[in-house]
Amino acid sequence: MDDIRNKAKELLENNSVNVVIGFGNGSENQTRAIFVRKPEDTVKLIYDERCVQNLSLYLLKHEVKHFGKIAITATLPILRTILQLASECQINDGEIIVLGISSDGKLVEFADFKAIEDYISTQNIDIKVEEKEFIKKIEAMSLSEKWAFWQEEFAKCIKCYACRQTCPLCYCTRCFVESNQPQWIPVAAHQLGNFEWHILRAMHLAGRCINCGECAKACPVGIPLNLLTYTLIDSIKAEFGTIAGTNAKLDSVLSSYKFDDKENFIG
Amino acid sequence: MEIEKKLLKKDKLAIIIEKIVAEGTKVFAPVKKGNQINFDTISSISEMTEDYIVTVKSSKLVAFPKIEKLFDYKISKEGDTVENVNFDSIPNQVLLGARPCDADGFASLNAIFTWDYKDNIFIKRLEKTTIIGISCLKSDSNCFCTSVGGNPGSTKGSDILLTLVNDNDYLAEIITEKGKAFVSKFPDLFEESQPVEKEKFLADVPQKFNLKEVNQNLSQIFESDLWVEQSLRCLGCGACAYVCPTCACFDIQDETNTKTGTRLRLWDSCGLSLFTQHTSGHNPREVQSQRWRQRIMHKFSYMPDRLNVYGCVGCGRCSRACPVDMNIVEHLTNIEEVKK
Amino acid sequence: MPEFEPKIVAFVCNWCTYAGADLTGTSRIKYAPNVKIIRFPCTGRIDFMLLLKAFANGADGVIVSGCHPNDCHYTSGNFHARRRWMVFRHLLDFVGMDIRRVKYSWVSAAEGAKWADVVNKTVEEIRKLGPYNEYQKVAKLDFEKEVTNG
Repeated sequence: MDDIRNKAKELLENNSVNVVIGFGNGSENQTRAIFVRKPEDTVKLIYDERCVQNLSLYLLKHEVKHFGKIAITATLPILRTILQLASECQINDGEIIVLGISSDGKLVEFADFKAIEDYISTQNIDIKVEEKEFIKKIEAMSLSEKWAFWQEEFAKCIKCYACRQTCPLCYCTRCFVESNQPQWIPVAAHQLGNFEWHILRAMHLAGRCINCGECAKACPVGIPLNLLTYTLIDSIKAEFGTIAGTNAKLDSVLSSYKFDDKENFIG
Repeated sequence: MEIEKKLLKKDKLAIIIEKIVAEGTKVFAPVKKGNQINFDTISSISEMTEDYIVTVKSSKLVAFPKIEKLFDYKISKEGDTVENVNFDSIPNQVLLGARPCDADGFASLNAIFTWDYKDNIFIKRLEKTTIIGISCLKSDSNCFCTSVGGNPGSTKGSDILLTLVNDNDYLAEIITEKGKAFVSKFPDLFEESQPVEKEKFLADVPQKFNLKEVNQNLSQIFESDLWVEQSLRCLGCGACAYVCPTCACFDIQDETNTKTGTRLRLWDSCGLSLFTQHTSGHNPREVQSQRWRQRIMHKFSYMPDRLNVYGCVGCGRCSRACPVDMNIVEHLTNIEEVKK
Repeated sequence: MPEFEPKIVAFVCNWCTYAGADLTGTSRIKYAPNVKIIRFPCTGRIDFMLLLKAFANGADGVIVSGCHPNDCHYTSGNFHARRRWMVFRHLLDFVGMDIRRVKYSWVSAAEGAKWADVVNKTVEEIRKLGPYNEYQKVAKLDFEKEVTNG
C-alpha cells in the first residue's frame, strides 16, 4: 500500500491531480470512500479485502469533479467500470489518473486506457461462484416458483434508489423514473411499480454491467438485485460475443447490431 | 397520568394477541424474513421474533405507510366523481415490539402532521394504534438514543412499555389512558408486579454528543464548507429517509388510466436530487451538500427551533442502512466540535 | 361456461406488418378478432416496457411483428429490435414471466395470409394458457397488502 500512498502524495504535491479518490477506514470495521486533497492526508488511504466498493461512481459526481483533476485507486471492478464509462464517452483517455491496485495490493500504473485493457485481459472477471450457483438455482425453478421468488423479493423494495445511486453506470442526470410527462414507471413502491422499475433498470444495464455487485450491497432491504443483470452477462456473451468493461471502444450491446445475430423465437 | 406497573407473563401476552387478532385488530410486530427483521402483521405471537436491536425499517408505517390511497376518481360525460377513502373504517391497530426510539418517533411525526394543517389520515391512524413498546436489553454502536433525550427504557410515546425481567416475565408499565383502556380489557392477564429495578436490565447506551451544542452550532454554520466535506461520499438515495422513524416527507402521485385514476401519497426523500426541482427548472438544492445540510438542519435545528421537538430519536437506522457509511453520529460530533 | 377469449395486443411496424394486416383484410381472410393492433413506425421504436404495460392493462398475450431482416423501411430498426428482444426475453424468463405469451414474427406487407396465421395460432395458444392472472394480480393495486408492507 505504501507505493500507492507515495504515488498519490507525489501527484498531489506536484499538482498533477487535485483529488485522489480512494478507500479509507470507516465506522467499526467498515471502509468508506475518501477524497484526499492534501498530500499529508494520503496516509489515510488503505487497501485490504474489505475494500470492495466501486469508487468509480464518484468520477462523475459533480462535487468531486469540481475539485479539478482526479486520481482514483482502482481495483478490478473499478478498472472495468472506467473502461465501460470510456466506451460510453463519459471519460476521455488521460482525463483521470488511474492508480491500479493488483489483487495483492500493489500499485499498477496505467499510461492509458489500452494499458488497462491489456491488464484486464489477464484477470479473472467472472461472477463469483456463489452468485453463479444462486442464478442456477433460480433458473432451475418452475415458472411459478421463479415468479413467486422474485415477487416476494420485489415486495420488499421501498424505491429508495440506492441501487441506482450506487451504480457507476447509472449516471443519467434525469432517470426514466423521473420523467413524468407521462409518468412512465410508477413512482410508488407497490408491486407493479417495483417490478417495472427493476426490469427497466436491468435492461438499461444489459451489456453494460461489470458485475461489481454494488447494487445488491447497497439495497437496504436485501434484494439480490445483482442477479438481474448478472443473468444477462452470460447470455449476452454467448449471443453477441461482448463483455462489458473490457474495451474502451466497446459498442454498446443494445445500440448496435450484427446482420447475423441469431435467434430461434421469431417466426 | 401516573404510570401503573404490572406483570405480564409471556404466555399471557400470547393469549392477548390471539384475542385481539380474533376481534379484527391488526397487530404489527417484528417478523424475521430472510435475514432481515421488519414490522409485519402477525396473527400469533409465535410469528414475532425477539432477537433484534431495531428492525431495518421503522414502525412509522402504522400511521404513515409507504403508500396511502387518498381517493379514486372517474372522469365521464355524466360528471366527474371522486371516491374518498373512508378513513373512519381503519381497523384498530396494535404496534407490538416498538423500541423506545420507535415510540418516541411518533411525537416528531405528529409535530409535522399537525403543526398547521391537521393531517386527518395520520391522526386517525395514530389514534387507532395502541403502542406496546419493548425496552432494549441490548444495543449496538449505531444506537444513540441517549444523545437525543431518549433512553433504552424510555416510556415516551408508548401506551404500554414492556421490559423483560426474566425468561418469562415482562414488567408492564401502563403509561397512557389508551394503555389503561387496553389493559382493562384483559384484567386477569395482567398481574400485580413486585417492585422491579428496571434500569438494571436495560442496555447501556453511552452518550455520544451534546444535543444542545449541536443545535446551537447549527444556527451558525449554514455557509460552512463542512457540508461539502461531510457529503462527498453521500449517494443521494432515499435509504436513510425511508428507514427513519421521524422522516415525514411525502410525494403525491396520480396513477391514471385516462378516464379513471387514483391519488396516492408516497414516501419521499429530501436526499433525492429532484426533491426540490421547481417546474421553472430551478433547483434550490441542486448539489448533494445542500441536500445533506437540509437533512441535518431540519432534524436538529429547524424542527426543535420551530416545533419544539427534534427530528431524531437516535435509533441509528440511517447509519445501518447507509450504503456508504455516512454515520450520522460521526457527523453530529463533528458539528458539535466546530467552534472548539 | 363461455369460452375464454384471450385479449391480445399486437405491436406492429407500419411499413410491413401493418400493411400486411391490411392485405389480410382486403383479401377477405377471416381471422380471430381477439387482437388489438398498435401501429409503430418501426419495430425499433417498440420500447420493451410497452410489452409489460400491455400485460398490466389486461392483455393475456402480446404479438410483436415487423419487417424481415434486411427489409426494414429504416434500414436497421428491426436489427436493433431483434437484439432487444433477445436480451429482454432472457430477463423475463429469469424473473418468471411466461414468455410463451409473447410472440415475435416477421410479417411483410405481402404476407396477408401469414398475419392471419400468426394471430390465429397465437390466440389458440393463449386460450390454452388461460388468462394471465399472475400478472394482473400484480398490476392491480392491493392496498390492504401494500399498506401493511411498509
